[in-house]
Amino acid sequence: MKTLNFRVILFAFALIFGVVFSIPSLTQSESGKKITLGLDLQGGLHMLLGIKSEIAIESRIKSMAASVKYIFDDEEIIFDDLRMIDGEKITFELLDTDEVTKAQALLKKELEGTVVINNGMKFSVTMTEAEVERTKQNAIQQAVDTIRNRLNEFGLAEPTVAKQGEDKILVEVPGIKTQEDEQRIRELIARAAHLQLMAVDEDRNIRVNTMSLAEAKSYGDVILPDVNTGEKYLLRAIPVLDGSMLTDAKVGFDESNQPVINFTLNGQGAKIFGDFTGVSVGKRMAVVLDNKVYSAPVINERIGGGRVQISGRFEISEAHDLAIALRSGALLAPVYVMEKRSVGPSLGADSIKASSIALVLGFILVVIFMVVYYGMAGIIANVALIGNLFLILAIMSLFGATLTLPGMAGIVLTVGMAVDANVIISERIRELLYEGKSVAKSIENGYSNAFTAIWDANVTTLIAATVLYAYGTGAIKGFALTMSIGIMASMLTAIVGTHGIYQWLLPKIDKNKLRLWFGIRTEGVK
Amino acid sequence: MEIFKYKKPLSLMSKSKRFGLLSVTLLILSLGLIIGKGFNYGIDFAGGTLIQVQYNGKAPIEKVREAIDSDRSYEGATVTFFGGEDEVVIRTKTSSKALGVDVGDQIRALLQDTGNFEVRRVDMVGAKVGSELREKGLMAMVLAIIGILIYVSFRFEWRFAVASVMALMHDVTIAMGMIVLFNVEVNLDILAALLTILGYSLNDTIIVFDRIREGIRTIKDPDLGGIIDESVTRTLSRTTLTSLTTFFVVLTLYLFGGEIINGFSFTLLVGVIVGTYSSIFVASPILMWLGFSVGGFREKEAEKLKREKEKEKMRAMYENGTL
Repeated sequence: MKTLNFRVILFAFALIFGVVFSIPSLTQSESGKKITLGLDLQGGLHMLLGIKSEIAIESRIKSMAASVKYIFDDEEIIFDDLRMIDGEKITFELLDTDEVTKAQALLKKELEGTVVINNGMKFSVTMTEAEVERTKQNAIQQAVDTIRNRLNEFGLAEPTVAKQGEDKILVEVPGIKTQEDEQRIRELIARAAHLQLMAVDEDRNIRVNTMSLAEAKSYGDVILPDVNTGEKYLLRAIPVLDGSMLTDAKVGFDESNQPVINFTLNGQGAKIFGDFTGVSVGKRMAVVLDNKVYSAPVINERIGGGRVQISGRFEISEAHDLAIALRSGALLAPVYVMEKRSVGPSLGADSIKASSIALVLGFILVVIFMVVYYGMAGIIANVALIGNLFLILAIMSLFGATLTLPGMAGIVLTVGMAVDANVIISERIRELLYEGKSVAKSIENGYSNAFTAIWDANVTTLIAATVLYAYGTGAIKGFALTMSIGIMASMLTAIVGTHGIYQWLLPKIDKNKLRLWFGIRTEGVK
Repeated sequence: MEIFKYKKPLSLMSKSKRFGLLSVTLLILSLGLIIGKGFNYGIDFAGGTLIQVQYNGKAPIEKVREAIDSDRSYEGATVTFFGGEDEVVIRTKTSSKALGVDVGDQIRALLQDTGNFEVRRVDMVGAKVGSELREKGLMAMVLAIIGILIYVSFRFEWRFAVASVMALMHDVTIAMGMIVLFNVEVNLDILAALLTILGYSLNDTIIVFDRIREGIRTIKDPDLGGIIDESVTRTLSRTTLTSLTTFFVVLTLYLFGGEIINGFSFTLLVGVIVGTYSSIFVASPILMWLGFSVGGFREKEAEKLKREKEKEKMRAMYENGTL
């Protein structure tokens, strides 16, 4: 027998490589890279979130207003009529002509990315277009990070949070068992966790129950309800400070052993808070979370040190989730669900079972058919087919690719199509044998004749698959990936591998036993 | 074992008019169905919510219907058995707007008194996502076709490219027609199946075209029809065989793959059949109909060969130092 040739060696390597790297996936062992099962196969929650970035712009404007107020108060510049208009700009009026230049310089220094226009003492501040765009991008990136932090803190196995397209967020959480967990996760994600400390407009609060929203707005106020009692408060629309100055949030307990949330402010926040409480003794300050008032205690004295507490008759799990949300930061803009898919674990298991049965049955059918039709040539093709399957698994494992239900169907289909190359080659060899060529020549020419056809057909299919991968979403991407890997693997196994095996076995192939080797009758040969 | 043993070319081209008529009829019927009746878009594309519920025992479908109908916001919801008799699928046009309010939770609450059940799947897709997915799918299809046109034109000739794309559209259109006819719900997986047909049909056609290209070079027949007849006959055995193995596999997927991929495997079944038919009977006649000239192709090929030989000569001269 001829010594082993490079093709057989290459094929053997590919086979070993395939087997070794598909073992972790097949046995689902802990170690080693393996294929991740898609949510449709293992069960879990998949959500595509949209983001209302216009809200981020609005709150940016709001915090600009808060800054203006703080800076001018600090520098003792007297101003009046500070307003936000249509969530697009802020306007105010200075009272002293001498301070216009000073105000301009201060605003320029303190407010980045804005355009300040003043007509005499009337000022208007808007954001530059670049700043608007940056704020939007920032809002989505921040939402991705925040949601990821929250899910990680919640302690779930491997959640995926990723930006998708320009303005969407993909969240995938595998292995959710109960409806309650799912709901808690949804709430944790959705929680804006927008914390604001707001002054109560004590002068007018007495009329809050008869006041219209428009009237409140004309005073620069907002009306917000209490989370537990539903009682209404009239609050200054521009907050004293907001959650961006928060450094930590923890669950604690008050005297009556009720859960509360303690949070700590950073240096700037602590200073603002200290100054504000210093001048507002005897007045109330509302702790507002996501536009609901949690508590509105009367300020008894100046509070330094930057420690604040929210009490609000929480359930312990609620307090826990809220602390996570506060700690991970507020969402600059609210998110909403565009798409949600949740698959129970039992359905995923059923899907795996059904498609595995199909895969195994289809595989056996093809294997038997090839042997019956081609004899030894069929067996050689089957060896390539098995090698192909292992290679697909191995490559997918190494990429950490996700196997979805359509992906499994893609593998099933690959089994059907992978024998194609060997069918083409075997048919070519048969043709040449019928023409009376020698076995060696038939094999060599059979391969070279078949090659261009296989190559062109595969490349065109690969082009289609690549486009699908680039443009497809989720399931289609998975499908395109398995198909592409299958095509490339079959080039190696079905063309190079089988060719090598033929060359290796050549001395054994007897022209009088063509029926055994190629499934054709020797009598038909010229 | 052999199914077709090559003896002499089948006279396929002489019958091409009949197959052309059959294909055109099928195409018109399919387009009529697609335009007239339209696709039954599932929630992936139309938006809405789908809830799959498995009961312990036979599902009380009437009770489920009543329960769903009791809430007016789910008007027009449909309840159907799914796979066996223990599972039902509820489809509504409503989809959650806020994260807090979830259609799945609400329906679960409505079903509370209908028996012992487990919610196996909740899919909710907003209408906006649906139209985006549709656009992206279409875009992928168009780009794939352009890519194929370029590659095949480059490797063969533009008429081969146009013919293969026409054959491919023929197959996909007929498969779409069957989807409408059998009222298969069109979701992302159906789109994936249609795209697979695209790949499969292309594969089949290119193999035949490759043989025709080879035939033009080796067969001394000046008549394209004769070359096509011989080439198609010679690849017939391969075409049938590969189609058979693929058909077996897809059939097992259809029979044993479970209800969830039924639509997917049905579409593939149709695709394999139509794809095989078109690569034998449709693609090559289009090539002829487009006015492909054997003489012209041979001349071009000869010129290409001449240029290559000249290059070779120059290189040889260069290497020998005579240039």
